[in-house]
Amino acid sequence: MYLFLYSFICLDQEKIYNALGYNRKIVCLAIPGKIVEIDKNKEHGIVDYGDGTKRKVNTSLVEVKVGDYVLVHAGFAIELLGEKDAQETLDLFREMLSAGEEN
Amino acid sequence: MFSLKDKKLAEKIISNIKSLDMKLKIMHVCGTHQDTLVKFGLDSLLEQCGIKIGQGPGCPVCVTTTKEIEEMLLLTRKSKIVATFGDMVNVPGETQSLQSMKAEGYNVRTVYGIEDAVNLAETHRDKDIVFMAVGFETTAPTTASVLLNDPPSNFSILCCHRTIPPALKSILNMGEIKIDGLIEPGHVSTIIGTEPYEFISKNYRVPQVIAGFEPLDLLMSVWMLVQQIENGKAFVQNEYDRVVNTEGNVKAQKVIDEVFKPGDKKWRGFPVIPKSSLELRSNFEKYDARRKYESDLEEISKKQFKEPEGCRCGELLRGLLLPQECPLFGTRCKPESPVGPCMVSVEGSCSIEYRYAKKR
Repeated sequence: MYLFLYSFICLDQEKIYNALGYNRKIVCLAIPGKIVEIDKNKEHGIVDYGDGTKRKVNTSLVEVKVGDYVLVHAGFAIELLGEKDAQETLDLFREMLSAGEEN
Repeated sequence: MFSLKDKKLAEKIISNIKSLDMKLKIMHVCGTHQDTLVKFGLDSLLEQCGIKIGQGPGCPVCVTTTKEIEEMLLLTRKSKIVATFGDMVNVPGETQSLQSMKAEGYNVRTVYGIEDAVNLAETHRDKDIVFMAVGFETTAPTTASVLLNDPPSNFSILCCHRTIPPALKSILNMGEIKIDGLIEPGHVSTIIGTEPYEFISKNYRVPQVIAGFEPLDLLMSVWMLVQQIENGKAFVQNEYDRVVNTEGNVKAQKVIDEVFKPGDKKWRGFPVIPKSSLELRSNFEKYDARRKYESDLEEISKKQFKEPEGCRCGELLRGLLLPQECPLFGTRCKPESPVGPCMVSVEGSCSIEYRYAKKR
């Protein structure tokens, strides 16, 4: 279920940032993408951003395998997505929603 | 299942905040947060609820000093190939910008990340390549990782990496503005985790929430802050827990620690902030452009540089001013002819305000 949520965010953010021509500009932005290939030396991999754009990224800061979603910043995968226990914030959102239904 | 763009949910959060009828000032330190806030009009919506929310020193390009830019310009003049991020290239120093030097025929390269600069060094072994390493904790591990991998000897960096928590401490110590709550940057936190912020809540009684970048992330973060304040609490909460671990990216932290040590550094608009920079450890001095080209840089080593005339980026970065309140905004200072860095960087609040102003 989380992966579904992430793929939704991935597509959306990437589209926005591409449209703004952010790729070479941004210093602090990170964009989610899917690892589709990993080099033999395991230092680099290919990330698919969901709109057909693929890029070589350095994967030395994370432990990844093909199929994982990662957050990419300045050519580096900086964090693995989709395995976190994100229950706390999801619960807060749900709580807020259900409170809305009662009213 | 709900979407992170759910309008109904947004309205619900807004009405909840409004019902508490509070007058609060919240600071965040992230250009991407500012982009979301302005783009979706959340800043004005929140202002109607009594919440003023603004960007502090959260733009790495903006807080880089004129002196650092002048160092880079001087190295360019001394026939180095200089490489950095696109935003940095357009920031005017006291004399000119890297972009204008490029137009004059100097070798200035825009890169996506440090690895592109290393590739340049590998393909131009007879030239000196200097990478201007700008960025907070999100970017620092990329620099560290590359230096740990023995880049070629014709490669070096002009290190301008800075860290967020010491800057927050500095703002609170200066006490120029009252800050009721802090929204912490999601991607910096991805690396450092939640612990480095804790002293702020403990020592200054300021509530903090680490936030994601969707409109609902920011609204929820404000709601979390408001609730902490309402309940008389001050602690670090993680709204972006779908990405940020409590402990952060430990591997990236180790890499940073192996290559860098904290140093005192001036930020644009700020005095020297103790322990706010990442300086290369002695094992990596051979990649330190300031040491390697000490004689090239000598002529400006003691020089003080002035801020551009009339530019109020400094006050803006300390949270004292909004872009629209600067007399130069949209008149003498525009994205195509920027006076200060906040109008250059896509993460600068002036550039963001200008980008979406027509939609307001």
